[in-house]
Amino acid sequence: MAEERPKYLIFLGCVIPYRLSSYEISARKVLARLGVELVEMPEYNCCGFPMDPVNHDVMLILAARNLCVAERENLNILTLCNGCFGTLNKANKTLKEDKEERERINKYLAEFGMEFKGTIEVKHLVHVLTEDVGFEKIKDSVKKPLSSLRVAQHTGCHLVRPKKLIEKDDPENPTLLKELIKLTGAKPLDYMDEAECCGNPIIGVNESIPFQMAKEKLEHIRAVGAQALITVCPFCHMMYDLNQPRIERAFNEKFNIPVLHYPQLLGLAMGFTPEELLLNELRVKPADLLNEFQRGRE
Amino acid sequence: MSETVQVIKAEELKPKFKYEISKIHGAEKLMLCFQCGTCTADCPVSRFSDFYRPRRIARMVQLGLKDRILSDKHLWICTTCYTCIDHCPQDVEVANVIRVLRNLSVKHTNSMPLVYKELAGNLVKSGFVYLIPESRIRRREQAGLPPLPKTKPDEIAKVFELTGLAKILEGCETFEKVE
Repeated sequence: MAEERPKYLIFLGCVIPYRLSSYEISARKVLARLGVELVEMPEYNCCGFPMDPVNHDVMLILAARNLCVAERENLNILTLCNGCFGTLNKANKTLKEDKEERERINKYLAEFGMEFKGTIEVKHLVHVLTEDVGFEKIKDSVKKPLSSLRVAQHTGCHLVRPKKLIEKDDPENPTLLKELIKLTGAKPLDYMDEAECCGNPIIGVNESIPFQMAKEKLEHIRAVGAQALITVCPFCHMMYDLNQPRIERAFNEKFNIPVLHYPQLLGLAMGFTPEELLLNELRVKPADLLNEFQRGRE
Repeated sequence: MSETVQVIKAEELKPKFKYEISKIHGAEKLMLCFQCGTCTADCPVSRFSDFYRPRRIARMVQLGLKDRILSDKHLWICTTCYTCIDHCPQDVEVANVIRVLRNLSVKHTNSMPLVYKELAGNLVKSGFVYLIPESRIRRREQAGLPPLPKTKPDEIAKVFELTGLAKILEGCETFEKVE
């Protein structure tokens, strides 16, 4: 019998189309290489996360509308963003397990000819890679191991917390992303407070606190000599990449730590060129890293 | 930092407030908080703020300081990292209690941080919380990416209307920064 290819409805969210095509393009390239089939959402709205603070029901309805689209397509959802994963997964579990909430939200959904039934699952890229593709297959896809590279990882909160809603990794000491990094040949480094939040969700109301949080993390990453930071969330990525020059100015520091989306790292190891993976679109240019990588090839 | 003495007057206390809150999804276990302070010790924001203390928020609700807590702008600097939820020995789900309080604060004070009003405005216009520029859409095409999925902004407007958010957004005040 032919091996069944994993097939997912890809949920892009808002941040990625707004400014991080590099994450989308690199993810699509590596997933195609690994035989994961992606289907586009026929209809979409924001996952709902940004509205939860002002109205919890709006979040649940927005999330449920996306879940209903996936149910109609009879496909599980793959997200690239931790925030989208956390929100869709939370809404999915709540509405599956809590009959009262499901009936309440279904009354709203009926206005749009929709009904939440609870027939699909929500996964993040990291889960699809570790559970569906599998370590062996990823390892086999690596043609040019990045053996000289030493990197730090930032898993991000909404991929692992709250633990009772996810139960896929240890939130105090997340290891899935480290395992995925090892497959590329790069060495994942331990550093202080690895599981600490990026702070980005409150940047719209207070910039100083997230900047202090990010600065501290960048210091810890620099202290262990990491050549890059690896993320799996566009929101965390923005905090460390896009904002890094501003953090440097605010604290009169120099970090110069490139922040790569994990599929960019895996893509390099698969043999894609830096151009194909849009490494040039990163705010902190990974020039030193690419030079060393190039030298390793010669 | 100098210490300030806060006087709480008995008439300020709303003894039923804690029961109202405990009925709302996410805040059911509020009464179990025994002020151990784990949430605050492990909170990444509290470390950098002189004012933000999740433990104090839980206690203020238990005491019934309704007006004070619902108009306390520090409610808005929780990053929702959920560390407090994972670490609470009483399973209080502190970050969810804060979400419940934020939702109520919007109604009670008729105000919210400007950023949320802007995001809601974008959402109802486009289905995305950011307005995706035409140049981005053209670049997607050039890069060979599939077109963005269809959205139904009129249905988002309907969601806002049915939940009462539309009415709040129409008349509410906004504030920009919380220090």
